[in-house]
Amino acid sequence: MQSLRGATPIDAMDEAPENVRQNTAGLFGRAYRQQPPLIPHRIDGYEIDLKVNKCLSCHDWPGNVEQGAPKVSETHYVSREGIALDHVARTRYFCTQCHVPQANAPALVANTFKNAKEVQ
Amino acid sequence: MMRRLWNWFWTPAARWSLGGLLILGFVGGIAFWGSFNWAMEMTNNEPFCVSCHEMYDNVYQEYRETVHFSNRSGVRASCPDCHVPKEWVHKVIRKVQATNELYHKFIDPSIDTPEKFEAERLRMAKNVWYAMKTTDSRECRNCHKFDYMDLTLQEARSSSNHEQALADGKTCIDCHRGIAHDLPEDAFQVDLDQLVAERGR
Repeated sequence: MQSLRGATPIDAMDEAPENVRQNTAGLFGRAYRQQPPLIPHRIDGYEIDLKVNKCLSCHDWPGNVEQGAPKVSETHYVSREGIALDHVARTRYFCTQCHVPQANAPALVANTFKNAKEVQ
Repeated sequence: MMRRLWNWFWTPAARWSLGGLLILGFVGGIAFWGSFNWAMEMTNNEPFCVSCHEMYDNVYQEYRETVHFSNRSGVRASCPDCHVPKEWVHKVIRKVQATNELYHKFIDPSIDTPEKFEAERLRMAKNVWYAMKTTDSRECRNCHKFDYMDLTLQEARSSSNHEQALADGKTCIDCHRGIAHDLPEDAFQVDLDQLVAERGR
């Protein structure tokens, strides 16, 4: 059985993988329509807690108008019970639970994943 | 007793020359100034600031997660770099204002628990924002200046925002809040122009 350590025996030092940097050069596409879009810009130190949400300061209305940033999708304003809200639903409040920075990181495990276009 | 001392002080010297007294006074002045400055600088470093647990447990821990503590180039800004002006006059004024901090530490402890600190966080943040806004972010400009920025090396939204800020006459604190410590609630709703208008210049 192989683990992520590969062929390195348990008593030997494994080589640290190379640090993969975020790719802020362009926009990665989505693998399928509902995929949470990837973050194309640096987010170091962006504070999301119960008091403030830095992401929403640019991506929620009215901040998005001034910043020219994509507004969070309307699905984020619907509560768990299906009620439309005037603010981002608290179930969608913590952005980085779904949205990740884009990076050309190699797959940890070889796989046969196909995006939506390829599957059709 | 006081009257004798007073009269003695203002009586002309009998045995000392004017030159001797002047040189003595000059050297004494240097010694006094040096020790005054040395004492003041002892209150002007990070270990001193975080010797109060109110600072160490709250804002210092938050600051350690940020870019001003650890970053790619290894340049660090610590407490006095951002909170104490470098120019002498402004520095002394700030040091006198710091007696208020001594009051809130020793006479009337007002932020000595996490809950009390959180309750005052917005007010304290507004104090700093007000100071920055009215001085055109003087402490930021100790190191950062629009003129020194190479906009081609910045991210697209950074360079466009900085260009716009320069055109609009904005100052650093208008956008860069929460750069070193956690933000208080409703931080983004606070309008700095309104804050300055409320408190006056």
